[in-house]
Amino acid sequence: MHLPHEHNPDAVVSIHDMTVAYRRKPVLWDVDLDLPAGKLVGLIGPNGAGKSTLIKAALDLVPRVSGEVRVFGQPYRKVRRRVAYVPQRESVDWDFPVSVLDVVTMGRYGSIGWCMPVRRRDRDAAMVALEQVGMADYARRQISMLSGGQQQRTFLARALAQGADLYLMDEPFAGVDAATERAIVELLRALRAEGKTALVVHHDLQTVGEYFDHCVMLNMRVVAHGPTAEVFTPENLHKTYGGRLTLLDEAANRLGRGDRGVRR
Amino acid sequence: MRVGLVVAAVVVLAVCASAGAAQAGGGFSADVMRVIRLEDHNARVVLLGTGLLGAAAGAVGAFALLRRRALMGDALSHATLPGVALAFIVSVAWGHGERSQGFLLLGATVTGVLGVATMHLLERFTRLKEDAAMGIVLSVFYGAGVALLGVAQRMPGGNAAGLEGFIYGKTASMVSSDAVLISAAAAVVTVAVLVFYKEMALLSFDPGYAAARGYPVSALDAVMLGLVVAVTVIGLQAVGLILMIALLIIPAAAARFWTNRLGVMVGLSAVMGAMACVTGAVVSALVEKMPSGATIVLVAAGGFFVSLMFGTARGVVPRFLERRFLGQREARRHLLRAMAELTETAGTDGVARRDLTRARAWRQGELRAAEGQLTGEGLMEIAREGRVRLTAEGRLEALRVVREHRLWELFLVRYADIAPSHVDRDADAIEHLISPAMMAELERLLAAEQPAPAIPPSPHALPAPGGTSTGRVP
Repeated sequence: MHLPHEHNPDAVVSIHDMTVAYRRKPVLWDVDLDLPAGKLVGLIGPNGAGKSTLIKAALDLVPRVSGEVRVFGQPYRKVRRRVAYVPQRESVDWDFPVSVLDVVTMGRYGSIGWCMPVRRRDRDAAMVALEQVGMADYARRQISMLSGGQQQRTFLARALAQGADLYLMDEPFAGVDAATERAIVELLRALRAEGKTALVVHHDLQTVGEYFDHCVMLNMRVVAHGPTAEVFTPENLHKTYGGRLTLLDEAANRLGRGDRGVRR
Repeated sequence: MRVGLVVAAVVVLAVCASAGAAQAGGGFSADVMRVIRLEDHNARVVLLGTGLLGAAAGAVGAFALLRRRALMGDALSHATLPGVALAFIVSVAWGHGERSQGFLLLGATVTGVLGVATMHLLERFTRLKEDAAMGIVLSVFYGAGVALLGVAQRMPGGNAAGLEGFIYGKTASMVSSDAVLISAAAAVVTVAVLVFYKEMALLSFDPGYAAARGYPVSALDAVMLGLVVAVTVIGLQAVGLILMIALLIIPAAAARFWTNRLGVMVGLSAVMGAMACVTGAVVSALVEKMPSGATIVLVAAGGFFVSLMFGTARGVVPRFLERRFLGQREARRHLLRAMAELTETAGTDGVARRDLTRARAWRQGELRAAEGQLTGEGLMEIAREGRVRLTAEGRLEALRVVREHRLWELFLVRYADIAPSHVDRDADAIEHLISPAMMAELERLLAAEQPAPAIPPSPHALPAPGGTSTGRVP
């Protein structure tokens, strides 16, 4: 499909007119977005704004009602190797019987291939990734013994082990200690220095200006996006956080019920 | 990981083979001897078959448990009954008086899968939760199965007597050809688990990530379901459909108590499943009218209980011992510190036992045990009646302990903004758990103001001999 020409052809991620719904209730509405290459992009918005859903929809993890996503100018399934996903820490059972190294090695499964055993060079790559996040000493540890910050670093290492060009991170700063937060920020900057791009769901408004070059402000729809200095303004913040658009919300609820009222 | 699995497979084969090669012991009745020595070919093949079945069920069950799909196996196994009965009715209607094992199992597979599919459809298109959907499918399919079984038993020309074996499990009714079929299917399942090991692990741990990496999660789930179906169907005759779920869950849950590594858990689960099946089948053969399903489950439950109690990774007893050990170490530190602080405030040589008892809230017998420990180490000695004192070596050790405690207190006051009057208990709770590396970090942090051998002053009041508190030490 040909994208309308207002989209930037150099964009790492181009989301065009995307609507996503859970059980027919829209969570994201007509999202249009271009993510520039080599930038750290913060994705902010209140709870239930659809931040995680945006990332999952871009990764084909949840079905889109309409719209299109292009990553590096192609459908996601063709460029999976170049995209690393860091899910929310709470999304897995940390009591699972595997070691830290086992988890990080999962980042290499794509290059190992189906049904083939893990090779020594994959473990080496996983160790390098663990060193990058300062977790090399914990490689053999069972994951249930990790603190929240260490769990997060483990997930980051798994993404690094993949050697991707684009990183989609779902709340990497949630519930981590100050040292881990600093380590993650340094890591993000190192990635940017290598020309890589990261889209990071973020909650702490205090640090948005410090951490991110670009900023996407989301609340069911994109309220504003662009360089942080330009869009991270009190006015936009008020639009993003100052209550939902009541009409839009009501319409979404009716769609979710799928009975009387608005029909699709 | 994979090496562990291969080793486990070898062990399973060895168990089966050694059962086959077992020599007779004296003192058994002739019946027992016959079973133990496996004199007839049929018994040997049946034991091999059930052993392999147990191994396959254990391995598949480990993944099903970790993927939280284990209970689905229960709905599945109950849903096989109408298939068995229908297949029997059809084969009799076609004029085959003898029942064909393969055909019955095919029927079981069809309705079993149908049951699981119904469950998924219910969940997806109604707002019923998983437990409700499972309960409905399980009971309705089982009910239909029992009704069809009633019809089958009244059919002229068919011998439906053996069909009840599918409900409770009856290894005694298995013939060589049944066992060969079971062995082959179990071997295929085990190989499939080995081949898809990596993918199953990823799927069980983090399906969202697996999907993002491009793994067809639904297809992988279907493979896992297929393996559960295969194990359940071939397990019907030995274990029976009511108890089949136990063979999927119990060995896997038991294995988890012994290890924190997935490969070991899968292998161990397979070994335990095989052992439960072989032992259960033997016992069932020895005791008249004892359904093998029941004996297999009871043997597995015995293994589970042993694992729960003594499993090295998270068993009750090892954890109790570890806590006790930690408690003893803690009490030793507490006593050393109490001795040092009482000596510090009173300046006496030798501390009254009465003051020691009052120094902190000791648990029952804790003080006496700690005293014994320190005396045994040569750190403490009796000064005179009712008074104890530290030896020279003991004083050094006590000073080290006090310094660690005070540094923690300082750290907590300085960096964690904890009130000086509250800091004692907090430091107490933490200091026993910190590693030498953390201690080194603490030393580094506070080295400038509190150089190494010195004891920093306490930030709060210390207990004094005679029960009154001294004023706050600056």
